[in-house]
Amino acid sequence: MATVTEAPPLAPAPGTKPPRRRGRWTPYLLLLPGLLWLLVFFALPVIYQASTSVQTGSLEEGYEVTWHFATYWDALSEYWPQFVRSVLYAASATVLCLLLGYPLAYLIAFRAGRWRNLIMILVIAPFFTSFLIRTLAWKTILADGGPVVGALDALHVLDVTAWLGWTAGDRVLATPLAVVCGLTYNFLPFMILPLYTSLERIDPRLHEAANDLYARPSTTFRKVTFPLSMPGVVSGTLLTFIPATGDYINADLLGSTDTRMVGNVIQSQFLRILDYPTAAALSFILMAAILFMVTFYIRRSGTEDLV
Amino acid sequence: MEQYEPDRLSAAQVAAMRRSFRNGRAALTRRSLLRASAGGALAVGGGGALSGCGIPAAGKTQGGVSAEDHSKEEKTVNFSNWTEYMDVDDSGRRHPTLEAFTKRTGIKVEYTEDINDNTEFFGKIKPQLAAGQDTGRDIIVLTDWLAARLIRLGWAQKLDPANLPNAFANLSPQFRSPDWDPGRAYSYPWQGIAAVIAYNKKALDGVEVKTLSDLLDNPKLKGRVGLLTEMRDTMGLTLLDMDKDPEKFTADDYDAALARLQKAVDKGQIRRFTGNDYTADISKGDFAACVAWAGDVVQLKADNPDIDFLIPDSGYMMSSDNLLIPNKARHKTNAERLIDYYFEPQAAARLAAYINFVCPVDGVKDDLAKIDEDAANNPLILPDRAMQAKSRAFRSLSSEEETVFEEKFAKLTGA
Repeated sequence: MATVTEAPPLAPAPGTKPPRRRGRWTPYLLLLPGLLWLLVFFALPVIYQASTSVQTGSLEEGYEVTWHFATYWDALSEYWPQFVRSVLYAASATVLCLLLGYPLAYLIAFRAGRWRNLIMILVIAPFFTSFLIRTLAWKTILADGGPVVGALDALHVLDVTAWLGWTAGDRVLATPLAVVCGLTYNFLPFMILPLYTSLERIDPRLHEAANDLYARPSTTFRKVTFPLSMPGVVSGTLLTFIPATGDYINADLLGSTDTRMVGNVIQSQFLRILDYPTAAALSFILMAAILFMVTFYIRRSGTEDLV
Repeated sequence: MEQYEPDRLSAAQVAAMRRSFRNGRAALTRRSLLRASAGGALAVGGGGALSGCGIPAAGKTQGGVSAEDHSKEEKTVNFSNWTEYMDVDDSGRRHPTLEAFTKRTGIKVEYTEDINDNTEFFGKIKPQLAAGQDTGRDIIVLTDWLAARLIRLGWAQKLDPANLPNAFANLSPQFRSPDWDPGRAYSYPWQGIAAVIAYNKKALDGVEVKTLSDLLDNPKLKGRVGLLTEMRDTMGLTLLDMDKDPEKFTADDYDAALARLQKAVDKGQIRRFTGNDYTADISKGDFAACVAWAGDVVQLKADNPDIDFLIPDSGYMMSSDNLLIPNKARHKTNAERLIDYYFEPQAAARLAAYINFVCPVDGVKDDLAKIDEDAANNPLILPDRAMQAKSRAFRSLSSEEETVFEEKFAKLTGA
């Protein structure tokens, strides 16, 4: 970026001694809490889950590691529709978040003036209540015969969405559309905040320069603003897509039997069926799938050095 | 448009939201996993670490393991219960029935509301019980299928009948001898939970419902029927509707009942399978009719006159939450005295007046009428003989059956 230049490393002034040995371990000591955190809350659970996924047994008999990798294949062949659905819903929600979030972030960064802080607070305000309460609120908003559904019905929007298979009959709740709406709403701030941060860093003089060079506003956006906001777009989409894929609350509260996502499967395998190996295998497949998609996405968007 | 009523949330809805709030995101805690991994897998290193952390087999000591009983020296008892499952006074901080018990016996009750979900709580106490350690609790309250599992695993202590005269005399007949604990050797019911059919008169709009079949088949109710994710309640009512006995059904009967529900799901008749959050759907009218728990219906009916319930002729499902003394509890005698106390009609009446579930104690009517006349005459709180005769329990399942049945049912609900 044009405005950011790295400060050159300070050359040791002639005549001074090199830094004393005592300080050599300081960086490692400073890293220690973070490393411990990663070890205890990430590495160990991952190892434990990996172990669980190749165990066989039952609660009474106990579980033993038998390297039973077939669990993975069984889980995948049984639950691939839920995997596909999760990716599809999460991708739709991410695209919707981008379409809704970009203009708003742009507005806050360049046009909001003294309203900037107020709008930022409004964006974050929903976080003051719990995720669950926010999702439950959508049940009231989209209630059968409520104003929203009534208006959509009167405008014949519901006929179109029902034809597309997004809604069923004259209701929105308990359909795929409701789940995607819930996901979009719940993860929108995760899109707006990184977009805002990267847009806000763009020097307005670049816009002026583009203007001086006879670029139309649309060209300025295409050639200057959007490319410079790519880090925000990438981190925003990742922050939205990854948690949305694993989410199960929205599908549980706003969906129906045909909108279950992989998170719901994992939850019921862990807590109701008590099939820990299958649940762990599903978690691993989900993790691997997300890792693969994210790597591919970052490669394609050419922003490895920006994220 | 006329169905939309953005009114404030009823007490039952708030309670349900609070419950689902705790069950929802808290349910997938990593606590149990962490503890196990911290204990088992500190030796990090490829496959060695992976095979290092199996889950040990559950101990099998039939009859339970008692610790030394410290009831005499330590006048205290640790009671773990579900949230909002005990009477409170107007300030909302004190529990009158517990205080009356302490006053009479001198035994202090350490009352904790730390059970939000059967499966989650099982995960919490499993490591200690499996390792033969004290859980720090003298009384726990578990729904019958989990109580059955604890007894099966040998993790609950046998009760001493000499300390339970009231419980023996006053226990209501329908709770006397569940097949998982014949003669109540290990457990006594805290409250009964009846699964019945609830409906919203306004949303039904003249459609008549009498049985579960009406909910599953009537095309006028398409997409406006709710069922519970609690396998035993939903499947039990379906079995009853098909003239099968949930106390004796076979695997084939189960599959037939499942196929019947699957047909309704495929038709789009079922809007969704819910936990406690169905209360919002039925009171808003998004559900015209659903399978519901009686305790909630009592609340919902009080808040919304359109809500009512029906008991199918074929019967209804009754389950219970049960008081158990886990292995190695330090104050067994004190715990038994507390259990017995709640089978005295006066204490049971005060509790029933507050929490509105099915009271498992006989001879409560007069005492309850003194506190709350309506509650005393409500068959959902004090079932009369005719109502008791229609109550059925789900038979206990072996652990293999449990896994298979739960898995099939989970597929039905979409996951």
